Amino acid sequence: MKRLSGLLLRRFLSAIPVIFIVIVASYVLVELAPGDAVDTYLATSGGDSEFAANFRHLWGLDQGGASRFIAYLGRLVTLDLGQSLIFSRPVLDVILGRLPTTLLLMGTSVFVAFGLGTTLGLLAGSKPYSLRDRVFSFLGLVLYAVPGFWLGLILIIIFAVWLNVAPVGGFETIASDKEGLRRTLDIAWHLILPVLSLGLIYLGLYLRLMRSGMIDVWHLDFIRTARAKGLSQNRIAINHVARNALLPVITILGLQLGSMLGGSVVIESVFSIPGFGRLAYEAVIQRDFSLLIGVVLIGAVAVIIMNIITDIAYGWLDPRIGAQRKLEP
Amino acid sequence: MAMHPFCSRRKFFHSGLGLIGAATLPRFAFGSDMPRRGGTLIVAADTEPRNLNPAIVASNGVFYVASKVLEPLAEASYQGEGLSPRLATSWVDSKDGLSIAFSLREGVTWHDGKPFTSADVAFSALEVWKKFQNLGREVFENLESVETPDAKTAIFHFSKPTPFQLIKNALPALTSVVPRHRYEGTDILANPANQKLIGTGPFRFAEYRPGEFYKLERNPNYWEKDRPYLDAIIYRILPDKGAIAAALEAGEIHLAAFSAVPLADLERISKAPGIFIKSQGYEGLTYQLTVEINHRRKELSDARVRRAISLAIDRKFVVDTIFLTYAQASTGPIPKLDKQFYVANKKMADFNPAEANALLDEAGYPRKANGIRFSVKLLPAPWFEETRQFGDYLRQALKVVGIEAGIVSYDPAGHQKAVYTDHNFDLAIGSPVYRNDPAISTTILYQSGIPAGVPFSNQYGYQNPAVDSIISKAAIAVDGDERIKPYQEFQWLVAEDQPIINVAEFSFVTVARIAVRNLANNPRWATSHWADTWLDK
Repeated sequence: MKRLSGLLLRRFLSAIPVIFIVIVASYVLVELAPGDAVDTYLATSGGDSEFAANFRHLWGLDQGGASRFIAYLGRLVTLDLGQSLIFSRPVLDVILGRLPTTLLLMGTSVFVAFGLGTTLGLLAGSKPYSLRDRVFSFLGLVLYAVPGFWLGLILIIIFAVWLNVAPVGGFETIASDKEGLRRTLDIAWHLILPVLSLGLIYLGLYLRLMRSGMIDVWHLDFIRTARAKGLSQNRIAINHVARNALLPVITILGLQLGSMLGGSVVIESVFSIPGFGRLAYEAVIQRDFSLLIGVVLIGAVAVIIMNIITDIAYGWLDPRIGAQRKLEP
Repeated sequence: MAMHPFCSRRKFFHSGLGLIGAATLPRFAFGSDMPRRGGTLIVAADTEPRNLNPAIVASNGVFYVASKVLEPLAEASYQGEGLSPRLATSWVDSKDGLSIAFSLREGVTWHDGKPFTSADVAFSALEVWKKFQNLGREVFENLESVETPDAKTAIFHFSKPTPFQLIKNALPALTSVVPRHRYEGTDILANPANQKLIGTGPFRFAEYRPGEFYKLERNPNYWEKDRPYLDAIIYRILPDKGAIAAALEAGEIHLAAFSAVPLADLERISKAPGIFIKSQGYEGLTYQLTVEINHRRKELSDARVRRAISLAIDRKFVVDTIFLTYAQASTGPIPKLDKQFYVANKKMADFNPAEANALLDEAGYPRKANGIRFSVKLLPAPWFEETRQFGDYLRQALKVVGIEAGIVSYDPAGHQKAVYTDHNFDLAIGSPVYRNDPAISTTILYQSGIPAGVPFSNQYGYQNPAVDSIISKAAIAVDGDERIKPYQEFQWLVAEDQPIINVAEFSFVTVARIAVRNLANNPRWATSHWADTWLDK
């Protein structure tokens, strides 16, 4: 436990410079991009120089870049992420509003991809180079190569337009004021197609990883021992080969869960789901730097936390890791 | 019972019923033209404007939602002089152009219950339209005061003679009235009523969930009896065009306006059952496709070079291929649709690459060894698919006459800054809007002396004293007929000089389910009140 708390402390301390670099880099990149938030606005509204000046003043853009940055850092220390220009609301409100949606969409997709992908990969890898293996590998390759928006639109056309069994998009039925269980089921129904689209894309990754991992393990000594002991093929495949092949897959799972809060701007746009992907995209296009840095910051924190959890999980899953060396960052 | 051979009592009875049935048949059997009360109209929206107040930001994205909640003094119409009274019932000018008297409608209340009076109009005009509105700042520049002798009269007083025709043309887009009791004494730009609108319109602002929808509900105290027909309108935010088309086909939305369904998809979707397309209803919202030219570049400051660029463009190809015939070739700064002012300058739309080549040779820019005369930087506006496609076409068309155009793509903020502030371009593709009167947003494209940073204005370095003087003359011509002459002369001058090149005039298309009725019944339908729109079963 002492080792664990030491690890956590070290990790958090080293996270601070990372976060600072992220903030500075995001700010500088948005500042360097040509045009500011008022320029995007003018593109939709037109207006004379007074009109532009009024909005620049309202949104605090008439001060210099450096002084704005200092002011931003000052607010950040009190955990005030500033005001979003796009939504005219505090950035924290906007982010917390979209957080559950994004976590639900991305988390479910990643677990669907992981579950289905590793299972198919296991089935493929338990009889390498068999017909079953070739079919699943091909399927994995195709799914990996398919563009996400295309898959999403095809699913919409088949299931929502032709068969009419799924909604075209959205997170829940518009303005329906459902509560409790009915709302949960409504959301679940709306998320089937987007989760399927994202899940199928990521599935290819897990399938291929699991399969190639298993092929590597088949050659190792202890498998020969297990066979010599008289264990059945299936038992060897599941208990010995798959278990060992799982480790790199867990690493990727951890990485993907960490980047969950980046959302998926493509799937969110196709299925009209208000998530972090679209939020970040809008923040860039409309040069809303408070919102953009807020989103990036939350994402960076999530990645750091997931990295720590993955390390701990790794140590727990594979007893060799803890025994041979100290847990070091 | 007596049995009659030809007409039994039974037959007679039934035929009688049949006659009565036939008389009422039109109403019930064809579900026809009696507007039905009720229903929720669901439409596609693809933008979420930061400021929803059309009194401050008079733009289409804002009007699409806000015009059902906040009303103008008058709306555009296909009948009469082109205006239908909304919050103002009549308007009379003094012949010297220094004042206009509006009679206001009685029995109007704000959504929060307070009565609508002339004080609201006075406040909106002086404190909002004149001070803050993107377009109103120009048009109401000379508005000095608004006299309110009683609650139903507002008299606008101008410090300089202002054409009545101009103010009338500006009524639909520039005169949304806001409640004085909510805005007076507050920071107008930051007022929360700019997002949670309070107006007099047929619908009340109910809910906004960012990224998901806007919801408007029927105003039960609306001044027009028995209106609106609809119970509610929901604007579903659908950022993907494919998803909008799919939602229409699946019946999840009723309507997609502003060509939200891309032109290339129209033929396919019009064949789907229960769907129809309508290109009417946008005549008051005409967009112009222009090639903006930076006169600071020596080659482009020569009128012959500009004429050559214009001759290199096959406008018929642009209309047929890029706009799929949903546009018209343009012959000048004022669209053909505006019968008040338009004069035809057919030669401005000529297509003659041979003549273009000859002009460029004559101007002193011969082809070098590689066939190129000179190179230019071309910035197509990113906000319409058609402007981007025209950028690609222009590059090909210019190659034919020996001009090499390199395309530089920016996102909206970058494009805005590059063209209208930094002037970092040689040619650009623009899409200015024509708002029913050349003085509102058209002459500003040709007038000199405008500071940098003003979008959709003469940032081209073009200076022609003759054009400047005719624009100033027209701006103070008070009499309606007298005003037309300088604008006609303006069009002739511009035809000679071609400071920017007008290529096409386009507007939009609505795709809707057949249940939506009373669609497109005025020239600004999508941005108007929808009080008379109804949903059939």
